[in-house]
Amino acid sequence: MLRTTPFHARTGPLCQAQNWRRWAGYVAASSYELTHEREYHAIRSTAALIDVSPLYKYSVRGPDAGRLLNRVITRDVDKCAVNQVMYTPWCDEEGKVIDDGTLSRLGQETFRLTAAEPNLRWLHDNALGLNVTIDDVTDSIAALALQGPNSREILKHASDAELDELRFFRLTSARVQDVPVTISRTGYTGDLGYEVWVDAERAVSLWDLIMAAGESYGVTPAGMLALDISRIEAGLLLNQVDYIPANKALLETRKSSPFELGLGWTVALGKDQFVGRAALIEEQRRGPAWHLRGLEIEWESLEEIYAEFGLPPELPTIAWRTSVPVYSNSKQIGYATSGAWSPTLKRYIALAHLRAQHAEPGTELAMEVTAEHQRKSALAKVVTTPFFDPQRKRA
Amino acid sequence: MAAGRYDAIVIGGGHNGLVAAAYLARAGKKVLVLERRHLVGGAAVTEEVYPGFKYSVCSYVVSLLRPEIIRELDLSAHGLDLLPLESTVTPLPNGDYLARWADHDQTRRELYRHSPRDAEAYDEFGKLMYHLAFAVKPILSMVPPDPASLSPGDLRSLLKLTNHFRGLGDEKLYSLIKLMTMSSADYLDEWFETEALKATMSASGVIGTFLGPRSPGTAYVLLHHYMGEIDGAFRAWGFAKGGTGSVSEAIASAARGFGAEIRTEASVARVIIENGRAAGVAMESGDEIRANVVVSGIDPRRTFLGLIEPDELPSEFVRAIRRFRIRGSSGKVNLALDALPNLACLPGTGPHLRGAVSISPSIEYLERAYDDAKYGSFSRHPYMDIVIPSMIDPDMAPSGKHVMSIFVQYAPYELNGGWNDARHEEFGDAVIDTLSEYMPNLKDIILHRQVLTPWDMERDFGLTEGNIFHGELSLHQLFFMRPAAPWADYHTPIRDFYQCGSGTHPGGGISGASGRLAALTMLEDM
Amino acid sequence: MSRPYDAIIVGAGHNGLTTAARLAKAGLRVLALERRDTVGGALVTKEIHPGFKVDAACHQIGALHPDVVGDLDQALGVTPDIVRCDPVVFAPLIDGRHLLLWRDPATTAKAIATLSKSDAENWGSFVELITKAAGLLETAYERTPPDLLSVDASDLWSLVRLGGRARRLGKREMMEVARILTMTVAELLDEWFESDLLKGTLGTTGVTGMFQGPMAAGTAYMLLHNHVGTENGTVRSADRVRGGVGVLSHAFRDLARSCGVEIRTNAPVTRIAIKNGRATGVVLANGDEIEAERVISNADPRRTFLDLVDPLDLAPRFVRQVQNIKYRGACAKVNLALDTLPNFTSGDAAHLGGVVSISPSLDYLERAYDDAKYGEISREPYLEAIIPSLTDPSLAPAGKHVMSILVQYAPYHLKGDAWDDSRNSELADRAVDTLAQYAPNLEQIVLARHVLSPRDLETDFGLTEGNIYHGEMTLDQLFFMRPVPGWARYRTPIENLYLCGAGTHPGGGVTARPGYNAAREIVKDVKRS
Repeated sequence: MLRTTPFHARTGPLCQAQNWRRWAGYVAASSYELTHEREYHAIRSTAALIDVSPLYKYSVRGPDAGRLLNRVITRDVDKCAVNQVMYTPWCDEEGKVIDDGTLSRLGQETFRLTAAEPNLRWLHDNALGLNVTIDDVTDSIAALALQGPNSREILKHASDAELDELRFFRLTSARVQDVPVTISRTGYTGDLGYEVWVDAERAVSLWDLIMAAGESYGVTPAGMLALDISRIEAGLLLNQVDYIPANKALLETRKSSPFELGLGWTVALGKDQFVGRAALIEEQRRGPAWHLRGLEIEWESLEEIYAEFGLPPELPTIAWRTSVPVYSNSKQIGYATSGAWSPTLKRYIALAHLRAQHAEPGTELAMEVTAEHQRKSALAKVVTTPFFDPQRKRA
Repeated sequence: MAAGRYDAIVIGGGHNGLVAAAYLARAGKKVLVLERRHLVGGAAVTEEVYPGFKYSVCSYVVSLLRPEIIRELDLSAHGLDLLPLESTVTPLPNGDYLARWADHDQTRRELYRHSPRDAEAYDEFGKLMYHLAFAVKPILSMVPPDPASLSPGDLRSLLKLTNHFRGLGDEKLYSLIKLMTMSSADYLDEWFETEALKATMSASGVIGTFLGPRSPGTAYVLLHHYMGEIDGAFRAWGFAKGGTGSVSEAIASAARGFGAEIRTEASVARVIIENGRAAGVAMESGDEIRANVVVSGIDPRRTFLGLIEPDELPSEFVRAIRRFRIRGSSGKVNLALDALPNLACLPGTGPHLRGAVSISPSIEYLERAYDDAKYGSFSRHPYMDIVIPSMIDPDMAPSGKHVMSIFVQYAPYELNGGWNDARHEEFGDAVIDTLSEYMPNLKDIILHRQVLTPWDMERDFGLTEGNIFHGELSLHQLFFMRPAAPWADYHTPIRDFYQCGSGTHPGGGISGASGRLAALTMLEDM
Repeated sequence: MSRPYDAIIVGAGHNGLTTAARLAKAGLRVLALERRDTVGGALVTKEIHPGFKVDAACHQIGALHPDVVGDLDQALGVTPDIVRCDPVVFAPLIDGRHLLLWRDPATTAKAIATLSKSDAENWGSFVELITKAAGLLETAYERTPPDLLSVDASDLWSLVRLGGRARRLGKREMMEVARILTMTVAELLDEWFESDLLKGTLGTTGVTGMFQGPMAAGTAYMLLHNHVGTENGTVRSADRVRGGVGVLSHAFRDLARSCGVEIRTNAPVTRIAIKNGRATGVVLANGDEIEAERVISNADPRRTFLDLVDPLDLAPRFVRQVQNIKYRGACAKVNLALDTLPNFTSGDAAHLGGVVSISPSLDYLERAYDDAKYGEISREPYLEAIIPSLTDPSLAPAGKHVMSILVQYAPYHLKGDAWDDSRNSELADRAVDTLAQYAPNLEQIVLARHVLSPRDLETDFGLTEGNIYHGEMTLDQLFFMRPVPGWARYRTPIENLYLCGAGTHPGGGVTARPGYNAAREIVKDVKRS
């Protein structure tokens, strides 16, 4: 049996679509309603409540907790203040990304790291000789993402937190009625939003309280399909989809460095020894061979392709996660890893690995599109991500 | 062409002999297979020893049957149907269990219950094994070269081999060397901390060997579990519908389809050698059958010391065959059951009964079982690998009843005081008593039991010393040293006489690889 | 202030001193730092009871690298006096029979004939095979292990052939050696001999210092290893140093000094200083930091990388490799001061000059290992006893004797509890009780006992887990796998940090070969820079 999350008592009955998928050994709702449309729009126009409990969560505590994390992640932990959150990847010795997640500094010597894949062994391996305690708290801490323009108002109603003060990528302890929680202003949608972390035993109460508080704000439980589109719009990567973790890749060429993934900004080469530093210094000197970029598939080109068959463009209303070739002058120079029709932008967008010389924003490329069983190339333009970046996200 | 003269005679209708015959016949050769028993299959037979209950008497799982053999001989058209074995459950003395299921998430969760770190290590370990299985695969399907030879063919082959290994890159190459030289216990210690996991994994490394999990050289068999994944035979450990005998029957049917003749109850007394060449065989009945070439599918000791006059062979070679280690170490108990057994750790009927149950709670348990055997006793508390074929294929037993196959280790061929009827039964009792600790209702549901000691396997299946692999799979008996250098390329010191049994490279298990490679070598010579 | 050191050697064991001396000879300014108050590592002669001196830890030496012998000769004008006993081994049985191994194969064959005619007939050929095979190994030992991925593999093969030719081995004999390498010593001996006593006595050379029984693959290799460089035809040689192995330590010290090496004792290194992935010197326990161009560690690999180097300076994968090196000390020492000579029920007192070996059969050895496998001291251990005072009366008061006993198996990892005085005393009892079965007066003549458990070997001599070889000599930890795969060429992932101890190729024993090879590689790097 797959595991259910601590919210299952609520999410189970809500899932009219019976559309479930696996996420890290748990069942997660793909969509609650029969189509995911309303759930997506809740993220962008009202508020969506998303069960993100399956995220791997590690508690790292002790006098050397900062040292350990500084050794593992690419960002500089010393610059992470208490109550701050950092998004960060981490690498193997060759400077290739193993995973990415958020690091929350809950206290001077207390951190919580989220991850897409299990990382307990890697953390332990790096903790040799350090005075630090690492616990897997995946099962004991449940998490809800409340995302969307109304999320702040809802949480203000529901909790005692001073949310107007809570800046982007900061966190605070709070209570939702009698339920103690941690609220971080983070999320995977690129919109205004929060993640609420709670002891698994109080999960159901938290769900009920937020749903009740959000009722008049249009809060809508949302599943993975809606989340997937919004995270592509936000240009956020998905492990095992947009990159292959270095410790699972069967081939060297399947691995990616943070520079290649557009995460160069997270690499603090100035700090002391961390895993992969030497390789990353060298790569920075050399320049990365690949870049992960946004692609906007040109509407006119799509129209042309489909017009040949007497059809209007058929659009991916559900995000795809397959490798799709990208060409420059009919020569393959990269591959897209996920893409979707953005209902907000009214654009067909994709995330793609491009060879460095073809990755300059504005470059005209072509992406493979299968129309009426035939492979065609649609014109696509290289753009920087995020595709969608509303001001409210940070405001 | 003289009517009745065969191109090739295959001695022994075991699965390798049948594979060789099928390939030879497929190439248009006139082939005769001679089998001593009343049925073909050798150690891969299904027999109704107790009315209504079919036992896979000896070999009981199909592990590494080469997919190319299934394809090339079109075995599915001849009735081969392989069903997956879904899981392995290891009951523990404390009433708990450790299970590995077909589903990755389920296995991960179960391992996590025992050790979170092991749950992670298991995936990384799997990735490495996948790589290494891929690296080793070409070796399993190649005719071993002779490193001491200067012939262009051997040199080419060696060069290919060295380039292949160097192409692996340092991490994989070194891992492979470690895997080839270490004990499975030591190798697994580098990865895991859960005793039952290490024990159950290493148990597969000692099956059929006279070695314990702490004996160096047992680690590389860990690879076998991952071999199938790179062959498109996902979940390679399976069960043949109708029992393992149906594998042999499918191959025999394919061979016949290609025109091969198969005679059972036809016992070969010796190989006829004329002017230093094999010319046919003399039967126990006194008949002589002539052929251009003769190939033996029986083990090296019986082949070269039993069917050939010693003065026909170089003394150096005879010495090498004599010292070829071929000690039997395992036994088999087959049970007809009135009902399903109940596992104390997982009561009731469940999917776990469609998989294997492994009695291997700790490395120390296995090692102590081995210690008994080292000094000439059967294990008081043996390692057991148990499957209930009737759970997978209901035709194996009458409705509502079951058959259970128990592979038992260790049972030395050279038992102190020798095997006799009393010891035979004592051995069976030790198995049932130990198993009853984990399956409390077992004794009440046994309708019939068949006990096979190594001594029985030698007598019934012609396996020298009861060794199920025709010779131990220790490092110095592998590849170009199997069975003896420089005769690892399926040739023998006698012209027109070949070997194709499990005692040649790569040997072991129902893989058919030896038979296929031998046949291809013979066809090249012809 | 004088110019900074070109090299600091961490640990002045015999390999460290060998490297130090050879580097100094090559013109480097070398400082050797030793934690203890005396150099020589486990080569130490100690007074265990007033007037009784014995080689406390290591009590016999292997075949020193010939060039090192030459260095010693040249520098000191005199080589330490090596005692070569004859018979080499006296192996008694409780029933009064015994076996003698002599330096001369023909004499040995005659002695074996009393046990088995066919074994006696096979002896000559066996000795020839062992000698040739060990010779082939010696060729490999003279070289730095090749990097499997960069050397053209055919070169490697031709190298092996060359070695074979040099040793007058035919192709088939080379194949035979290759076959032996992965075998168990029990299998090897079973192929040749039938006498349990002979096999038991020879089998010990496959397992000494190993946490393996004679039925473990790779122990046949160990038998060959122990015959590298030994005098032709002598099997199970047991060379000792007159005056004790401490004399040899002093010789190495004097050699190093004469070459210009500065040696400091009582100078424990706590950390190897590393800046930007490059070793820059060492930090001593007293806080002093000494700079040097390069640091060479004679400490075993685990101590070097996990204790002396900050793990943050190493890649996690490398750290994991180092953690995976198997140590698992398997033997202990029991040293006795004796009032008189022990009285063996078999043989002749004249035969006691060499090794008294208690290992009546391979099964005996294997059973001794079985106990250790489960964390127990062998109930009936294998014993290798030496009475050095017989050939060197200066070691004990007149008429009295010292006995040095290597006891195996004594696992470092005991089940349940750790080594302490009571376990030490239990170990000594086991040794004395076992030996007393062959020499009944032993218990009455013991004046004093001195025990070194694997834990003591670790504490006193810095041998991780009491492993006398700085890491098990199993097939997966040899040649290009020693100390860890990919780093077998004396260099390390830290630039300018080298290894020179027995944890590197070709491994353990008093041979000075690792130190010699390391110096050669370091000099190459110096010339290149």
